Amino acid sequence: MSTLTEAPPPLAPATPEKKPARRRGRFTPYWLLLPGMLWLIVFFALPMIYQASTSVQQGSLEEGYKVTWHFATYWDALAAYWPQFLRSVSYAAAATVLCLLLGYPLAYLIAFRAGRWKNLIMILVIAPFFTSFLIRTLAWKTILADNGVVVHTLNSLHLLDLTNWLGWTAGDRVLATPLAVVCGLTYNFLPFMILPLYTSLERIDGRLHEAAGDLYARPWTTFRKVTFPLSMPGVVSGTLLTFIPAAGDYVNAELLGSTDTRMIGNVIQTQFLRILDYPTAAALSFILMAAILAMVTLYIRRSGTEDLV
Amino acid sequence: MPFVNWLKRRLVVIAGLLTLAYLLLPNVVVTVFSFNKPKGRFNYEWQRFSTDAWKDPCGVADMCGSLSLSLQIALWATVGATVLGTMISFALVRYRFRARGAVNSLIFLPMAMPEVVMAASLLTLFLNMGAQLGFWTILIAHIMFCLSFVVTAVKARVMSMDPRLEEAARDLYAGPVQTFLRVTLPIAAPGIAAGALLSFALSFDDFIITNFNAGSTVTFPMFVWGSAQRGTPVQINVIGTAMFLVAVLLVLSSMVITHRRNKQKA
Repeated sequence: MSTLTEAPPPLAPATPEKKPARRRGRFTPYWLLLPGMLWLIVFFALPMIYQASTSVQQGSLEEGYKVTWHFATYWDALAAYWPQFLRSVSYAAAATVLCLLLGYPLAYLIAFRAGRWKNLIMILVIAPFFTSFLIRTLAWKTILADNGVVVHTLNSLHLLDLTNWLGWTAGDRVLATPLAVVCGLTYNFLPFMILPLYTSLERIDGRLHEAAGDLYARPWTTFRKVTFPLSMPGVVSGTLLTFIPAAGDYVNAELLGSTDTRMIGNVIQTQFLRILDYPTAAALSFILMAAILAMVTLYIRRSGTEDLV
Repeated sequence: MPFVNWLKRRLVVIAGLLTLAYLLLPNVVVTVFSFNKPKGRFNYEWQRFSTDAWKDPCGVADMCGSLSLSLQIALWATVGATVLGTMISFALVRYRFRARGAVNSLIFLPMAMPEVVMAASLLTLFLNMGAQLGFWTILIAHIMFCLSFVVTAVKARVMSMDPRLEEAARDLYAGPVQTFLRVTLPIAAPGIAAGALLSFALSFDDFIITNFNAGSTVTFPMFVWGSAQRGTPVQINVIGTAMFLVAVLLVLSSMVITHRRNKQKA
């Protein structure tokens, strides 16, 4: 019976009565692809080329820009903004690790332990999406406020001294510090970690857990040797879905951080929309894109999962 | 040590529920502060209980206008992305053609690109073309980034579909149009619906790409962003709370309906 559920090859071997249908449909895929692909080429691929060309232009808003192959823009941009680049990568990495640590138990809970509460918890994970993320991020301003419960508790436990010493916070505040920005990033991208984790955990055959138990594996060993390796596709796509948007984000740094927590997204936004230095902005976003694509490719190669889409 | 054992067995559940609390805490704060009567311009500190904002949700200048603009854009972006994306996914699953690799990577790349990069490069294009920034440029951008998500959702569904069902329909003398409308489309519908829902949520909530390509047009997320600088009206929290409740109620009622229908069938 298993053959019934398996998808047969896309094109069945040609049988006489099928031939006319196939000939008539020879151009069908191209017609189906055409509008969507044109959209992506014109509004996604072409802009990238425009941006590449802008990054090597020189000139001013008044006199117009000309392509002068001025590659020094890249060098200058890197020299001026490498701290923001470094900050983006480290904040995004911290948020990704936190998302994995926080998200895994919840995904595991939904997949194996929730029972009849499964759907409800699933809804509660997705539902916040429908409240604008900016409103929810602003709520963190209240939660982490200087005279709020969180800061008070951290202070009385002397944890703020520790985070001050680590450079994560400054003074008696959490707001406007790296800790607040990482906390916001973690919060905003947590569902993007939980959903792929859940999908890959859900697919695991429950009998494998039983088998591991029958072979005298303790729960922790079962997790380490069976569950976690089988959930690797979810871990890989979850970390990518968290890291990439977190590295380019400027909303959390702007709303919860200060001028000392500016990330590369903030710089690109300011250069583009306020200072109007298009070549520098284009060069910066090109470097960001190249860096992320390089990291993603390396990461996918190392973790050995190619079929993410 | 029975307590330690009890704790050990439930460690995953407790950790999971703590994460859930972390996820929901901001929504609780948003809801509670929708009943606040703040002293200054900002609604970050609790003063006293009041239902003023709920009685007058559109009392803030321009907010409801930006809300309806966002809803319109989300609606059209959903329609556009769903139609284009569904066509692409059928082509990808059902046909063999040249340049399949190129098509796949063109669909994957927008999802793997930081939003700020897409936003900046699209603005470069619009500036170069001398396009008037506003409703249309926002719509174009939203359809662009929703498209890939629709393709992913619909592709997964169409791939798990048995093509012999369509063959059976053809054997029973259904024409191509009839087969598509009566067999293919109903089976693919859940995937298409998931893609459409995702598009709507993504488009409605998008800030970064919109902020770059909106010109002087103000969508709801942009209104919230602006108010974070000028002063946050309580009405923002009212809208946030209402959206959360509507979403939860819609999903719950649809679940109840499917549950009942399944029961009737059984």
